[in-house]
Amino acid sequence: MSYGRGLRVLSFVTIATITLALALVFFYAPLDVNQGFIQKIFYIHVPLAITALCGFVFGGLLAIGHLRTGDRKWDLRSYVAIHMALIFGVAGLITGSIWAKASWGHWWVWSDPTLVSFLIVMLLFATYQPLRFSIEDPERQARYASVFAIVAGAFVPLNFIAVRMAQGFVHPRVLTLTGGHLPGSMGLTFAISLIGIALLYTTLWKYEIAAKQARMQLRRLRRAALGEDALRPLGRSAAPS
Amino acid sequence: MRPVLAVLRKDLRLELRTFETLPAMVLFSVSTFVIFHFALARSTISGQLAAGVLTVTLLFAALLGSGRLFVAEREQGGFDAFLLAPVDRTSLLLAKAAAMFLFLAVLEVVAVPAFALLLLGPSLGPRLPGLIAVLALADLALAVIGTLVSAIAIHTRARDMISPIIGLPLLLPALIATARAAAVVLAPHAAGTPPGRWLLILALYDVVFALLSYAVFDFLLED
Repeated sequence: MSYGRGLRVLSFVTIATITLALALVFFYAPLDVNQGFIQKIFYIHVPLAITALCGFVFGGLLAIGHLRTGDRKWDLRSYVAIHMALIFGVAGLITGSIWAKASWGHWWVWSDPTLVSFLIVMLLFATYQPLRFSIEDPERQARYASVFAIVAGAFVPLNFIAVRMAQGFVHPRVLTLTGGHLPGSMGLTFAISLIGIALLYTTLWKYEIAAKQARMQLRRLRRAALGEDALRPLGRSAAPS
Repeated sequence: MRPVLAVLRKDLRLELRTFETLPAMVLFSVSTFVIFHFALARSTISGQLAAGVLTVTLLFAALLGSGRLFVAEREQGGFDAFLLAPVDRTSLLLAKAAAMFLFLAVLEVVAVPAFALLLLGPSLGPRLPGLIAVLALADLALAVIGTLVSAIAIHTRARDMISPIIGLPLLLPALIATARAAAVVLAPHAAGTPPGRWLLILALYDVVFALLSYAVFDFLLED
């Protein structure tokens, strides 16, 4: 059985894209007239946040697969998708905070709906691991986590609508449906950065799944070869095992 | 529909005989109003502040009530009995959400006049129809999410902690809409009609999460 098929190619493509994106960010994209150099964090921050949100919804979609088929591999995929999206989301919050401090003078700005919605989504998904952790039976843990992932995944767009309606627009609206007002060179750099970060997410997602599957297989083989008592039991974990 | 009514009747009868949940929710709400009086150092409030106090109090009272929702089922084997019965499993969701909605309605019959008496500046009378419209939609959200989260949390080890930490962020869009709509209703010099925009958001939230809960509830009962 081979784990992580195509991972090597994917990893090289990811490295190449991110290198290209960074090169474009620092040497090609023009300096912003108002914000200067700090505006370049936008090319990291926005893709991180978008990827995290898509990762949460992706985790919910994978959880539907688990509930429909009952196959635990979908639970593993959903778990890793949400786990990775949480990491990207924390990075997005931190970079966003730095940008807010630099351009608005405060680490946190309540008047910006995108920031607030993102925080609410993060608060909700931060309960995913504690929920898994407090259910002992692995089969029930997988099922309940999938229910949570589906509900929370559907919550993401609804939450954005509600919070946006509650406040005015402060965030620079660079990504509107009408095309926004980014100059071409900035738009190109942003698109490459977004693809790079999305590729990074996919690569890490595949890596973690491959690692977890390989570890499970190794434990199975060890148990078969050395007997049940030869393995130390795993410490309790929120991850599927 | 009959299993729903049967479970609902069972829950209401249980509550009428033991008086475990509702009096606790009412007492909790009134104590919270007193706490807000001292914490805010105000004897009368109106507008957004009044809406915030009312929303937060009702939310926490609802969380208190939803924590008790499945306790009897868990402790006395009601889940197993229900799974053995040849009925649709989602009828348990409908029955529990209906019970929760009724509890919240009764709670508000007492708590809202108490709020008007203790804290509210503007008179309640002309604002009552608007407030009822807002609270009815908010109760629906609280009942649906409360039931869903309570059903998720009941089988976990740390259930008293799991249900609020999941429930609060999940309810946030509904709370935003409730607080904003109620603020307009409770403003000092207003006609007392709630803004349609926020009622629409609340109704949308109710519909989406009711359907979603209906779709996933089966999987919380499987064994």
